Amino acid sequence: MKPVLDVTAVSMNFGGLRALNEVQLEVRSGEIVALIGPNGAGKTTFFNCITSIYTPTEGEVWFTPRGGARTKVNGIKPNLVTALGMARTFQNIRLFKNMSVLENVMIARHCRTKSGILGALLRSPAVRREEKEIVDRSYELLKYMGLNKFYKELACNLPYGAQRRLEIARALATEPTLLLLDEPAAGMNPQETESLKHMVFKIRDEMDMAILLIEHDMSMVMSISERIYVMEYGCLIASGTPTEISSDPRVIKAYLGEEAHA
Amino acid sequence: MNELRKSFLVSLWFMFLTFPIMVIRVNTVEKIVVWRWENMAMIGIGSFVLSFVWRWAIRRKEASDAVAASGQKKTGRMAELAENPSLTNSLKALFLVGFLVTPWLVTTYQTNILISFLLYVVLGLGLNVIVGVAGLLFLGHAAFYAIGAYSYALLNQYFGLGFWFALPLGGVFAALAGIALAFPVLRLRGDYLAIVTLGFGEIVRLLLENLSDITGGPSGISNIPRPGFFDIKLSVADANIYIYYIVLALAIITIIAVSRLKDSRIGRALQALREDEVACEAMGIDRVGVKVMAFGLGTAWAGFAGVIFAAKTTFINPASFTFFESAIILSIVVLGGMGSNLGVILGSAFLVLLPEYLRAFSEYRMIMFATAMVLMMVFRPQGLIPAKGRTYTVDDPDLVTADGGANK
Repeated sequence: MKPVLDVTAVSMNFGGLRALNEVQLEVRSGEIVALIGPNGAGKTTFFNCITSIYTPTEGEVWFTPRGGARTKVNGIKPNLVTALGMARTFQNIRLFKNMSVLENVMIARHCRTKSGILGALLRSPAVRREEKEIVDRSYELLKYMGLNKFYKELACNLPYGAQRRLEIARALATEPTLLLLDEPAAGMNPQETESLKHMVFKIRDEMDMAILLIEHDMSMVMSISERIYVMEYGCLIASGTPTEISSDPRVIKAYLGEEAHA
Repeated sequence: MNELRKSFLVSLWFMFLTFPIMVIRVNTVEKIVVWRWENMAMIGIGSFVLSFVWRWAIRRKEASDAVAASGQKKTGRMAELAENPSLTNSLKALFLVGFLVTPWLVTTYQTNILISFLLYVVLGLGLNVIVGVAGLLFLGHAAFYAIGAYSYALLNQYFGLGFWFALPLGGVFAALAGIALAFPVLRLRGDYLAIVTLGFGEIVRLLLENLSDITGGPSGISNIPRPGFFDIKLSVADANIYIYYIVLALAIITIIAVSRLKDSRIGRALQALREDEVACEAMGIDRVGVKVMAFGLGTAWAGFAGVIFAAKTTFINPASFTFFESAIILSIVVLGGMGSNLGVILGSAFLVLLPEYLRAFSEYRMIMFATAMVLMMVFRPQGLIPAKGRTYTVDDPDLVTADGGANK
């Protein structure tokens, strides 16, 4: 399988602080990969680096969109990264709070549609058709995520779990090749986590998507991911299948502290 | 009893505060001090009564807030009526007819007031795109108004260009200036952006004031021709009515254009920018492009309005485009309801028409203005008519909405 995302020795410095140190990572198409590590290990910084919100100090991020050529994405604008086919959710939910649930998803169709100012003013048939297509496609995605009954509500009035799902729906609306989920199960109860797990499998299988996720819920990580990368203090300390990781001494040390291992 | 005590303390406090200005008066001619105790009594009684009214209003507001917080939707009769399309359409038609016939029924003076009302509607709607929809606090709108007005005046003076050529050009120049301003302020938000745009407004005004060789400096430009009407010489009153119709047409075009923009793909991108810049970029929206667009789309209308303003007054000078003007336009948007077109229209009616018709109280205008603003912020911070997002309808027979009812 060809790699969708290929990160070579990426480092990120904030002044004198090295938040990421030569992180190497690869996601192949159709794969679910998890990135784990204690708080402050640099996981979200890594996400911000590959989606170009930050420009990495060193190293390269290569991305191969579905049916496209291998492209270097570090240093280009974040919206172009999304247009290429990388969509993400945020750890601290970043919905467009005062807009309706449907509109939240509709905004994400922005980079897949093209009507401009003149089109908006004249409202030609082509523009109206596109608008209809945006509404239909967005609603379809809401239905897919089981959110359609909320479509008229304001995003900020949604229950917490539904807000997380709405973030995923919004990311899916950009038609990504690679979906990046930043702690999708944070704050969810066991039932919600279970249904989220099925959702992730469903998205991967039905939409032919590679998924990279950051997660703290170990039972979810172990059961969902094909491969796991472990970070600590900005460095990658281990990678491999869930079984390999769960028996890796360095990982146990990082998670449980010195004594547990000794 | 407790209430009475509170009000008593309030009135005591106000009597103490206003004592130096309301009670003591030094008669410098006879060198005696006049003690006007009757004023103190009046303030005492007045604040005693008002404090009751105030507490009642606050309680009422808190009660309604509690209702809103408990998630219950209030659908009053007004809201229901507003959703009836045949009613709103006939209302719109009624207003249109009303506006069309008014200039023939009222004096030139009244027509003039209506013209300035409509100009402020256009200005407010333009600013609403930037402040209300895109969420960028913008305090230099008068600068673009000035750019529009001076475009016409200067193009006419130096190149003899007529009104109809200058009208689109004024809009284009204002939009270009808006775009030029957008680039240096791309990273700024909120207060910082407000300060820079305020500065820009002053720069434009000072330039106009000091480039005396070109713009005539503080004495401005006079003898700007009124718009021509098929080479027919119109009397001042008729020309005024003609301008009224032009500005009415512009206002209607603005209303339609701005509301269409708001509901379009571009408009949604602008709203996303207001809500969350990082998420907006992560969803594939070009932050720079959208911000520049917001500035251009907002300032162009000020340019159009400026050209008409110059044609209407036939004389312009920098004093017409001070910071006060920007503040008024921003107040119109905030008072009316950010992001709401109907709100802006109502807001400009409030802030432009009321002061005109309450000329008798013009000495107290600023006090009333300030009081109105403070009361608005306390009791209705979302504006007279809060913006309502567009509601989309979808065809889905299986859908059961969250409140249990079937999809309408």
